[in-house]
Amino acid sequence: MATMNMIQAINSALDVMLDRDPKALIFGEDVGYFGGVFRATDGLAAKYGAKRCFDAPISEGGIIATAIGMGAYGLRPVVEIQFADYILPAYDQLVSEAARLRYRSAGDFWAPITVRTPYGGGIFGGQTHSSSPEAIFTHVTGLKTVIPSTPHDAKGLLIAAIEEDDPVIFLEPKRIYQGPFDGHPERPATPWSQHPASDVPEGYYAIPLGTANVVRAGRAVTVLAYGTMVHVALAAAAETGIDAEVIDLRSLVPLDIDTVTASVRKTGRCVIVHEASRFGGYGAELSALVQEECFYHLQAPIERVTGWDTPYPHAFEWDYFPGPARVGKALKRCVEAET
Amino acid sequence: MAARKGTARPNVSKDDLLKYYREMLLIRRFEEKAGQLYGMGLIGGFCHLYIGQEAVVVGLEAAAGEGDKRITSYRDHGHMLACGMDPKGVMAELTGREGGYSKGKGGSMHMFSKEKHFYGGHGIVGAQVPLGAGLAFSDKYRGNDRVTFAYFGDGAANQGQVYETYNMAELWALPVIFVIENNQYAMGTSVQRSTKSTTLFGRGQAYGIPGEQVDGMDVLAVKEAGERAVAHCRAGKGPYILEVMTYRYRGHSMSDPAKYRTREEVQKMRDERDAIENVRDLLLTGGHATDDDLKAIDREIKAIVNDSAEFAKTSPEPALSELWTDIYA
Repeated sequence: MATMNMIQAINSALDVMLDRDPKALIFGEDVGYFGGVFRATDGLAAKYGAKRCFDAPISEGGIIATAIGMGAYGLRPVVEIQFADYILPAYDQLVSEAARLRYRSAGDFWAPITVRTPYGGGIFGGQTHSSSPEAIFTHVTGLKTVIPSTPHDAKGLLIAAIEEDDPVIFLEPKRIYQGPFDGHPERPATPWSQHPASDVPEGYYAIPLGTANVVRAGRAVTVLAYGTMVHVALAAAAETGIDAEVIDLRSLVPLDIDTVTASVRKTGRCVIVHEASRFGGYGAELSALVQEECFYHLQAPIERVTGWDTPYPHAFEWDYFPGPARVGKALKRCVEAET
Repeated sequence: MAARKGTARPNVSKDDLLKYYREMLLIRRFEEKAGQLYGMGLIGGFCHLYIGQEAVVVGLEAAAGEGDKRITSYRDHGHMLACGMDPKGVMAELTGREGGYSKGKGGSMHMFSKEKHFYGGHGIVGAQVPLGAGLAFSDKYRGNDRVTFAYFGDGAANQGQVYETYNMAELWALPVIFVIENNQYAMGTSVQRSTKSTTLFGRGQAYGIPGEQVDGMDVLAVKEAGERAVAHCRAGKGPYILEVMTYRYRGHSMSDPAKYRTREEVQKMRDERDAIENVRDLLLTGGHATDDDLKAIDREIKAIVNDSAEFAKTSPEPALSELWTDIYA
């Protein structure tokens, strides 16, 4: 075991996979010589050489598309898109090629690629460096979408993602790279070293995709969250004193629907929390699924606490960000609702 | 392009000429049959015929070696036949049947063959070009000397991702041959109406990629240029661009009002430049074959094509359960 923050855990996962699998390789903008803008690939080019970890030009579409070609012929590329906001030029390649190659070749070819990309706000990045685009990937059949919330999960999930024979979008909540941000920007940041999930095995381990994690057991209401919002939801539960069961989904596609429905059938109430904007967001799918699967157990309308339906603002960062106060209000509304 | 009809080529064997004749004729007759089946309602949706461009793929396949890869866009039937895929499986994919290369789920634009190293069949203009660079990367990574032919059209040559790919391919010295099949019309828009820089291979100069323009109606010229490109790539010198000047006789797809060019222009190409007639002349004037020999080949090709059509009509539709297969691993 070692104490790692999320960046170190991701770096460790990449290190493990480069060591284990000679077909694995890493490329992207600044990831080689420079070690990545967030340092996720620090030291890997030096350790494994430029053949295994190297720089690409600023060509997001080209990076992801060449990775698809590499994957179709037996390699296992892991690419970094520097910010999730930059992935849009590659969206055609992800949707039309990566996600569908297996289907339209009737299983002859597929794209075992992993796209790592930091996402989310809380860093004053403004609208082009803060977005949470998970729903544009979860909507695409053929892609898998994974979001860790701790160093321990980040390493295990990233290793599982790299080992997948399907294309995986691995969204890294950059606000919690260094510590478990609880949604209170006015307080001093907590480093990961003070959190038990910073205990990370140094070697290989994988967390299967599609397994949610109940991070706080409770009986009053189920909270569905992922990424940074897991920590915000935990803060809201603590601050309101509501006996919430907080589920970290970890993997959006595939979704561990069994863990979700078992919890909601127990609590009868459900609050969904995500940082992305509300309309058509992943929370809408979760809400629909919970309604379909748990309708006769529900004692209150399902609540969604999300970013507003605006671009991510610079000046109103903490008005946009669905912090513990908003989550707490939703928890109260949900548990106080009468059938 | 100077007319080269019947120009003698002393270094070409009778066997080679007969091979090219047979392969080009197979593509043409196959595509004519596909057009018929489309007219009969047996093929639905989109169908882009390769008629007129046969010398491009036949010439380049003649320059390719075992293990070399090819990837192309949606006008892909010719590429598949030229690399040795079974006409039955191709035609049955067009009719959406179980016996098709993608079990009918891909259709005309989306077929693949692991055995023949054919990586599709891609329906988004230009999207296959960076994938081709990735395939070439994989060969280089493995340390072999295989090359990838990444085909695209004059229309795709204006896609931004082509130039991202040029930059990466030359930066990483990838063994990829960019084949621009310049048939002079991107659907209904001529090259002149879509770019001021009409010498498309020359755009590689900005990235340091050598290239050349080739007469795509002359299968021998295409093969020779292909050999130069392959030698460049196999020697580890990085990518190469071939701009193959060709011509599509039929419409862009099956519904094409053909208002963008004159009937006379098409007829003139057919009469004066046709690649199959060109080889036929070489065979006859060189004393390599008689009319009867060629008629025998015609009959043989016709039988293959008819068999493929029969197979495509009688192969069952895929089971409904196939709707849900091959989505995830």
